[in-house]
Amino acid sequence: MPWAFQAEGLVKRYGKTTALAGIELAAEQGSVLGVLGPNGAGKTTAVRILATLLRPDAGRATVGGFDVVRDAAKVRRLIGLTGQYASVDEDLTGTQNLVLIGQLLDLRTPDAKARAVELLAGFGLSEAAGKQVKTYSGGMRRRLDLAASLVGRPEVIYLDEPTTGLDPAKREDVWSMVRSLADDGVTVLLTTQYLEEADALADTISVIDHGKVIANGTPGELKRVVGGQTVLIRPADPADLVTASAIAGAVADRQVESPARGVLTVPVDGDAAFTEIVRRLAQERIAVTELSLRLPSLDEVFFTLTGHHTQQEAA
Amino acid sequence: MTALAEPRLTAPARIEPRPFGLARHSLALARRSVLKTLRTPEQLLDVTIQPVIFVVVFVYLLGGAIAGDTGKYLQFLVPAIMVQTVMFGGMATGVNLNTDIGKGVFDRFRSLPIGRSAPLIGSVAGDLIRYVVAIVSLLVFASLMGFRFQTGVGSVLAACVLTTFFAFCLSWVVVLIGMVMRTPGAVQGTAFVIMFPLTFGTSMIAPKDTLPGWLQSWVGVNPVAHMMEASRALMLGGPLGDHVVWVLVWSVGILAVFAPLAVRAYRRRT
Ligand SMILES: Nc1ncnc2c1ncn2[C@@H]1O[C@H](COP(=O)(O)OP(=O)(O)OP(=O)(O)O)[C@@H](O)[C@H]1O
Ligand SMILES: [Mg+2]
Repeated sequence: MPWAFQAEGLVKRYGKTTALAGIELAAEQGSVLGVLGPNGAGKTTAVRILATLLRPDAGRATVGGFDVVRDAAKVRRLIGLTGQYASVDEDLTGTQNLVLIGQLLDLRTPDAKARAVELLAGFGLSEAAGKQVKTYSGGMRRRLDLAASLVGRPEVIYLDEPTTGLDPAKREDVWSMVRSLADDGVTVLLTTQYLEEADALADTISVIDHGKVIANGTPGELKRVVGGQTVLIRPADPADLVTASAIAGAVADRQVESPARGVLTVPVDGDAAFTEIVRRLAQERIAVTELSLRLPSLDEVFFTLTGHHTQQEAA
Repeated sequence: MTALAEPRLTAPARIEPRPFGLARHSLALARRSVLKTLRTPEQLLDVTIQPVIFVVVFVYLLGGAIAGDTGKYLQFLVPAIMVQTVMFGGMATGVNLNTDIGKGVFDRFRSLPIGRSAPLIGSVAGDLIRYVVAIVSLLVFASLMGFRFQTGVGSVLAACVLTTFFAFCLSWVVVLIGMVMRTPGAVQGTAFVIMFPLTFGTSMIAPKDTLPGWLQSWVGVNPVAHMMEASRALMLGGPLGDHVVWVLVWSVGILAVFAPLAVRAYRRRT
């Protein structure tokens, strides 16, 4: 399988800030690459370089075999971009936005109109088609933005944090859209701050931090490294924390963390460990107000991979 | 999003490039700019209300002193102030572009296979509608105040077209400023500093021979002054002289220098 896109050793500096420090990303044709990283990791910068909006200071990137700097015009014929921040025109209607993009992509005007109608219907925006975008809700804008990046039937599509700020139902919509893109053979680069999202959608996940890839693999491989799921325990009585921690640590055979006061988390390898923890807590008669099994948060992934927590960027 | 179950909606396919891309893309983007203007009519205040205020202020404040009679002064002022109005209208192009460019919309344009200059040409061309609005509202208001053309329809139209062409070429200077400056406020400020001597260093308010000698020399070379004199000659009659030639030479020269500079500055930005 040829690479649909490939970034090798990309470096980008903004003054003293190094946004990208030699990042390597690649996706096979028709696959979904999840780029997972905290605020300021360099996700948007990498996407902008792959979308020909920004030149790298070093390294190179190709899309469909074309260099993003030297053959930018050819690359632009292959890609669709949904940036992190809405890139549709507020003063125009949904239809006008999509028709304009169709015209700029060299569709004949009747074809551009037909494509707009088709996409608006596909994204549940037919009723709002004639309304100005400034009257749209956040979710509608996001959908129009996605539709806009699909007008040209791109082979590669970049989605920069497409679900940030969406409610769970809308997020499911975007997820199903990403899956149908992949089914159609489109290569997708998706950035996210949620392991859960990358796990649900991606064939390969690259975890990035400070402009570098710190882990790379299938969701299964990554979960084996970071311990897959996490058990969260919140004892009703804080006095039970020590006992609960001892139980969790013994069953999981991993270090127990306390991400918030009165809360314990520990990575486990499977459901069996969870059941065992529940059983022992009951045995010790420890009442809990919260007890759950979930995928680790990005912060826990980072802790496991790097030994330090994600640093919240001082904005 | 049920219809997404239908796979053909997103199946990749290449669109064949068609010829005359730059012209078609610029036109599509000009249309966008016109649609935006029509949908936000408050953006037209500077080309509708502002010229009316200028005319009223100048005519009643200075008319008596300069021409001895407000009616006569109105005839003198209107063809020239039309030029100023349209030029000020062009300033907004640079300010709007500066505002727009920071938004995601321009990122999308940059990620599309279109000429780098198309978004700029589109904006500048689309703003021609503002010039038309400016000219129509000024001339209608002036007529109501008593202004009368002294020549034929052809000459008056020629004055309007020449003014529009001149302002179109000159607006590339403001577009360049819009590409170089960081904030819309800075664009506005800088553009004003440039526009002020250009529009007021002319015979717009008072006849050239009443001005001090150093100012007369400036008026002699200032392209805006030539444009205003040409407009007067075309609307009121009188000798046209070489004003039109100077206007055309300056317009084409400014366009040839500043349009490529503006496009280059746009490409360099981020
Ligand atoms: N135009 C810019 N000028 C200066 N610094 C920048 C610029 N763009 C990005 N940076 C810096 O580069 C680093 C990476 O930014 P980037 O936007 O790529 O991160 P991100 O992973 O997309 O973060 P987020 O999750 O917040 O969107 C950050 O430290 C950021 O402050
Ligand atoms: Mg980002």
